[in-house]
Amino acid sequence: MILARVVGTVVSTQKHRKLEGAKLLLVQPLTLEDTPRGGELLAVDGAGAGVGEKVLIVLEGRSASDAIGRKAAPVDAAIVGIVDTVDLPS
Amino acid sequence: MQLGKVVGTVVLNNQNDTLNGVSLLLVQPISSSREPAGRVIVAADSVGAGVGEHVFFVRGKEASFPFYPTEVPADAGIVGIVDQWDIG
Repeated sequence: MILARVVGTVVSTQKHRKLEGAKLLLVQPLTLEDTPRGGELLAVDGAGAGVGEKVLIVLEGRSASDAIGRKAAPVDAAIVGIVDTVDLPS
Repeated sequence: MQLGKVVGTVVLNNQNDTLNGVSLLLVQPISSSREPAGRVIVAADSVGAGVGEHVFFVRGKEASFPFYPTEVPADAGIVGIVDQWDIG
């Protein structure tokens, strides 16, 4: 899984039926220094995340589908948690 | 998944039987500020997207799921048409 920040929301009415009612969020993957790492992704929300929050993203299809409680949904990224603290003892 | 813009279509002459009837679209991945975010890819379309529309697409095996039970050999699939997105 990777760490990311929720940066926006996406509205899509016409989409695959297995994504009906799913919340779609734009997330920016982060480095451990909280700087952007790579491009933005669109993830289904499995944790009730809001814009501005730091979250944990799973990037595997089966897991992402499980995270939103559906079988075989065509997804490859899902938010599975909101990050409280990240500790890096130096 | 990633945001993308449909920029064209692809028609095949000869193809694997499992691709029969599958609509193939050229998609430019984009960032939320509408800048290109990587190379243009060919994606299998199951939602009826048209050139010029913004979409989101999935990569990997999941791209074949919308075509179940046909086992389509796709590694990128459009799974939704984007009405709008908001940052912040």
